[in-house]
Amino acid sequence: MAPRPADDGLQGLIERFRAHEVRGLARAISLVERRDPAVRQLFAALGPPGSNPAVVGLTGSPGTGKSTLADALVKHHRAHDRKVAVIAVDPNSPYTGGAVFGDRIRMQRHAMDEGVYIRSMGARGHLGGLSIASREAVRLLAAYGFDQVILETVGVGQSELEVAGIADTTLVVLAPGAGDGVQMIKAGIMEIADVFVVNKADMPGYERTVQEIRSMQNMGPKLAWKPPIVPTVASRGEGVEELEAAVLRHREYLDSSGEGARRRLRRLEEEAADLVAEWSRTEARRRLREDARLRKKLENEQSPYGAAETILKLK
Amino acid sequence: MGKVGLDGHDRGVKVVARALRDAGFEVIYTGLRQTPEMIVGAAIQEDAQVIGLSIHSGAHMTLIPAVVEELKKRGAEDVMVFGGGIIPEEDITELKRLGVAEIFPPGSPLQEIVDFLRAKFPEEAAAPA
Amino acid sequence: MKVRYESASRAAWEKAYQSAAKRDDGIETSTISGIPVEPLYSSEDVADLAEEMPGEFPYTRGVHPTGYRGRLWTMRQFSGFSTAAETNRRYHYLLKNGQTGLSVAFDMPTLMGQDSDAPTSRGEVGHCGVAVDSLADMEVLFEGIPVGEITTSMTINSPAAILLAMYLAVAEKQGVPFSKVGGTLQNDILKEYIAQKEYIFPPEPSMRLVVDSIEYCAAQVPKWNTVSISGYHIREAGSTAAQELAFTLADGFAYVDACLERGMKVDDFAPRLSFFFDAHIDFFEEIAKFRAARRIWARHLRERYGAQDPRSWKLRFHTQTAGVSLTAQQPELNIARTALEALSAVLGGTNSLHTNAMDEVLALPTDKTARIALRTQQLIAYETGAASTADPLGGSYFVEALTREMEEQAEAYFVKIDAIGGVIPAIERGFFQKEIADSAYRYQSELESKRRIMVGVNDFVVTDEEDLEILRIDRSKEEGQVERVREVRARRDSAKWSKTMTQLGKAARSSDNLMPYILDAVRAYATEGEIMNELVEAWGLYTEEAVI
Repeated sequence: MAPRPADDGLQGLIERFRAHEVRGLARAISLVERRDPAVRQLFAALGPPGSNPAVVGLTGSPGTGKSTLADALVKHHRAHDRKVAVIAVDPNSPYTGGAVFGDRIRMQRHAMDEGVYIRSMGARGHLGGLSIASREAVRLLAAYGFDQVILETVGVGQSELEVAGIADTTLVVLAPGAGDGVQMIKAGIMEIADVFVVNKADMPGYERTVQEIRSMQNMGPKLAWKPPIVPTVASRGEGVEELEAAVLRHREYLDSSGEGARRRLRRLEEEAADLVAEWSRTEARRRLREDARLRKKLENEQSPYGAAETILKLK
Repeated sequence: MGKVGLDGHDRGVKVVARALRDAGFEVIYTGLRQTPEMIVGAAIQEDAQVIGLSIHSGAHMTLIPAVVEELKKRGAEDVMVFGGGIIPEEDITELKRLGVAEIFPPGSPLQEIVDFLRAKFPEEAAAPA
Repeated sequence: MKVRYESASRAAWEKAYQSAAKRDDGIETSTISGIPVEPLYSSEDVADLAEEMPGEFPYTRGVHPTGYRGRLWTMRQFSGFSTAAETNRRYHYLLKNGQTGLSVAFDMPTLMGQDSDAPTSRGEVGHCGVAVDSLADMEVLFEGIPVGEITTSMTINSPAAILLAMYLAVAEKQGVPFSKVGGTLQNDILKEYIAQKEYIFPPEPSMRLVVDSIEYCAAQVPKWNTVSISGYHIREAGSTAAQELAFTLADGFAYVDACLERGMKVDDFAPRLSFFFDAHIDFFEEIAKFRAARRIWARHLRERYGAQDPRSWKLRFHTQTAGVSLTAQQPELNIARTALEALSAVLGGTNSLHTNAMDEVLALPTDKTARIALRTQQLIAYETGAASTADPLGGSYFVEALTREMEEQAEAYFVKIDAIGGVIPAIERGFFQKEIADSAYRYQSELESKRRIMVGVNDFVVTDEEDLEILRIDRSKEEGQVERVREVRARRDSAKWSKTMTQLGKAARSSDNLMPYILDAVRAYATEGEIMNELVEAWGLYTEEAVI
């Protein structure tokens, strides 16, 4: 990893972070994005997070007004003097690795507010890449002192499932006539929703969308938490109070039922497994590159299994 | 990348953003009507290495140096600034003197912009995301 | 008696064509819009063409039976820069040199509804046009120019109603009754969301304001062309000719729908809707586009909307030669490009024309280059014979085939737009913006791979050119204008002003026609920024979803 120009090294970064300089936070998140091994030292230096921010996942098809809703939520939090961070996840091109991120545009009015931090992240298609990077980014945001974190994703590929795995409360945003209708919603989306938001609720087709969600809910198994359906008109800020209330009720449910603790543990397990996967993959690749005997083994056997077992010391 | 000032002609900046994406860059598109403070704020939050500005309104001699100044003010002068749009030759010279890395006048091939950025950030170019 | 030469067989030609050597330079033969062009067009391609006449439905061959023998197109050069006083001087100069209609270009702050002393106007005052903050500036702009005797086109959109009110107030001061005031207001808010991005309010209240202005003018200012439904900006943003045609006409239909919803009768307002197209460099495609535009509009207005007044069926348009076709490299070539583009507009029957100056890639035109641009039109009108007969290319196998192709492509787009629910839903879904961004990118890729050539840019390049002398706008004028607007605010009757602003705010929240309230505010020397802010309070601001 070549150092950035005018880079003051890890120590400098830690100092900036502690001194609450945005650049420190921004650079730290970049380290996390690049899977820089220095991240572990960073976390060690920062110590355990002081606060536990509420993490809300926001997912929905293009055209549902999800970014506008994120903007309205930010406004709501700021009105209550809460510091809020938004991570907007967009896919990278699988071919070139490049991406264009445009989610900030909907949140322009917070551009000069120091209590709001907005960061775009690419769902880079690594094995577990989004999950680990986003989790670590959330951990950094917690260490920095944010009360609220919104993880917003457009829902391409697996990213919405991964976001749901990180967030305490996942909001699935739908809108009448936008996207392909509730029936076409990808497998798993209905299951990850903790709250359904029907945005653009003032448009024709709203009732039908609500009905469709309800019938899908009724078809499924009976759950301890039945995700409420909240109407909003994000462009006018309508329904945001009710949405926040639903999120709070969900959080209470998580605490009182023990589900929150169970999810946190599950997340840690997933994250540990993902880290093992990431570290072993890196290590495996290194060994396959450098160990001449391993390479010979691969070539002779014309199969990956033997080499893999050797690396894992299974044989 | 974005447009500072009031003009809304975004054909060029969008085409360049797309070309950079296709060349493997991550582009934060901040859109129209950015003030220098907004675009620098976004660059810092996103930990961007480069800011690309598009101006067709003739106000480039006020607005582009203002972005360079704002970067200095916020301790981020390591962020590179380049631009494009309706900018005459003599102004290009002056802007470069003020700290702008490059200006791409009308007719500049996209490949030239891609090559320029790759040359400035060779280690990034080598490592796909 | 129809003569047919013995060997005139298409089949025979095909054989000869196949076996002959052809250029292998890899250059695209399709039009700039991607429409494939055959190496030959013949009578087969127009076999089922109906005979059409100029001045007759569906007006493919022109809206006037006389072509240009009745009247030449209006030579209307867009201009304006820095202060109202200097622009006024340029107007007198152009009128003296034979320009037959005035066209006002406003600066960015004015276009965006901001006063010259607003913080976000910094560095932008008087750069791409004239700064007009209040009626006081408008009075200076038209000093010594009898508005009852000329027509004026004002290129402005979100704040258009305000500028119209200012112009009417000037007429009032000159003693000219509104019924005699003629001109055009661009006032086409839909294309702002699609292409030019000079929107302020969200689509619905913006449409309401446009319909207010159409309704008001239909009753009070009958000679005024209320909307110049524009394709120019859509084209310049990167669309193809077919998209320009389709999206512009779709916008036109949307305005018709909105006015009908207001309760107006189509013949009350449709005759005063006008259009504004681009004249790009792909010569024949443009001619076909203009002809198809007239044919499509006529059919829809008569058959779909049931308009009975032939004036409602007749599409009249202004054309501007394509800004995007101009190069900074070897800029003298732009004179040739502009001439060819202007010729295509004339052969396409344009009613009004602006020709670009050669230095406009880099700056506003100098007096000399502006004059050359105007002379180019006069050259076409008086030297080439292009104006001697109506629709000279009518009946051309190629042009008729292309005209029909354009028409079909446009109709296909109308179906798509309707399926989304109309123009505004399509805007909100980013439909137009995506089509445009894709076309722009495709065209750029073709240039990069040299499948298309831009002379001087990706071929026939000259490396050591002399720098062009370009016009420099004196930036000290900004301070002067800032002073002026502050003075206007200080000098006016503030009680009167305050009352008009309150009334305006109330009216914006009601369903009253806003024009009389805007007129009152303007007469009280309210500034454009103040009026716009009042409306923003009521309606909010619009942010777009970015479509790359």
